[in-house]
Amino acid sequence: MPAPDKADHPARDTSSERADRTVLDARDISRALTRISHELLERNKGATDLVLLGLHTRGVPLARRIAEKIAAVEGTPVAVGELDVTMYRDDLRSQPTRRAHKTALPAGGIDRKVVVLVDDVLFSGRTIRAALDALADLGRPSAVRLAVLVDRGHRELPIRADHVGKNLPSALAERVSVRLSEVDGTDEVTIS
Amino acid sequence: MKHLLSVDDLSRDDIEMLFATAADMHDVQNREVKKLPALRGRTVVNMFFEDSTRTRSSFEIAGKWLSADVINVSAKGSSASKGESLRDTVLTVCAMGVDGLVIRHPASGAALQVSEWVDAAVVNAGDGMHEHPTQALLDAYTLQRRLGSLEGRHVAIIGDLTHSRVFRSNVQCLTRLGARVTVVAPPTLMPSGIGAWSAAAGFETSYDVDAVLPEADAVMMLRVQRERMSGAFFPSAREYTVGYGLTRNRFALLGPDVPICHPGPMNRGLEIAADAADAAQSAVLEQVSSGLAIRMAVLYHLLAGESEGGVA
Repeated sequence: MPAPDKADHPARDTSSERADRTVLDARDISRALTRISHELLERNKGATDLVLLGLHTRGVPLARRIAEKIAAVEGTPVAVGELDVTMYRDDLRSQPTRRAHKTALPAGGIDRKVVVLVDDVLFSGRTIRAALDALADLGRPSAVRLAVLVDRGHRELPIRADHVGKNLPSALAERVSVRLSEVDGTDEVTIS
Repeated sequence: MKHLLSVDDLSRDDIEMLFATAADMHDVQNREVKKLPALRGRTVVNMFFEDSTRTRSSFEIAGKWLSADVINVSAKGSSASKGESLRDTVLTVCAMGVDGLVIRHPASGAALQVSEWVDAAVVNAGDGMHEHPTQALLDAYTLQRRLGSLEGRHVAIIGDLTHSRVFRSNVQCLTRLGARVTVVAPPTLMPSGIGAWSAAAGFETSYDVDAVLPEADAVMMLRVQRERMSGAFFPSAREYTVGYGLTRNRFALLGPDVPICHPGPMNRGLEIAADAADAAQSAVLEQVSSGLAIRMAVLYHLLAGESEGGVA
């Protein structure tokens, strides 16, 4: 039995399951990301040495959106990159081969930077564990933080998020789906 | 995908998936820590019953960068030189708990035969004059990166076709990706029965290099394989070069954006002039780095996921 993980509950099926309940709409998502952006700036005392790394698939557009919001507040661009953790997953063996994605770091790299991992849903914590391993192979950040749009609980590892858009208590059997306009054509978070 | 024995087993989708994975793997070569943990705990054996530098080291590095344990067995210095049969050698090695077997053998069909004996995933790294699928994949991948797309592009494959497994794999791979392929060789090195095959597979044949070169979007030179030649296929090396080599004069006829490939090792001065081999448009060294990415992609897809028939 593979470990529960958000990746096992892909948001791809925009099927007409009527049991879906919308938890966050487009405006809620935008407000949550604005708040996270301000929290990041406050915590970091500005945008210097900040690197936002989005985790595939939906963490990548989220990281870009947060970067835009920070740039609008601070007036200076923030480094953004994307991180693929497929090769570092602990469930590679128990599933059909997964397609890997691109890892792209900003030009300045991540050494001595404050890296903020950005993902859509925090669930078992196994994706973040894989991301921390991947980071160690890419450089040595001065600090690593985690920002997620939704924390749905059910952690299987001692991992927590520093910045959370919405805490969403859920049953294990429930399915939390994040849809973003860049990937899915619409902005919403649903639970079913 | 359980084994990689022939390009013929791969659909266009399979090839494009391997290329997409290879593109991700390419970035690893530029990293400080050139290591991904995807194949940790897996064992890959390179069994080479023929000499090889680039293919064997490429597979070895590819496996190691994916964190697999890689062991090399070559015919020289192994029990094969004491007269052990291929089957016994392979079964002995696989009894040690091997997950992947990369095999090169002088007999055509050796990899297919071996795949019927063992549970491990078998990768054909060249079987006689039959196929060399990873070479074809890396050639097509290199050309695709240079040309953008292979759809409708014209690739000329020139040289010793009779003895070339690279050509047999490449024709299938390139035509599957939509390229137009013309193969050129002297009549003595044109495989017998190629007329029926080319008609069925949709590629063209020619004896005239100078007619084909001006309209080629890419040129692939093949090595003259002296070690496989028992008879006199051409009167002299000089005569071959004049008739079919990529000489300095022919090189001058190519456009500056026409990539020149060679699977290596090159016989400089025989099938390819140094001017062409070292030109800016030469893709020879790019082929080597692409080969690494392609072999990582192949090993990843064969070995990383759940094994067929149950959870590993």
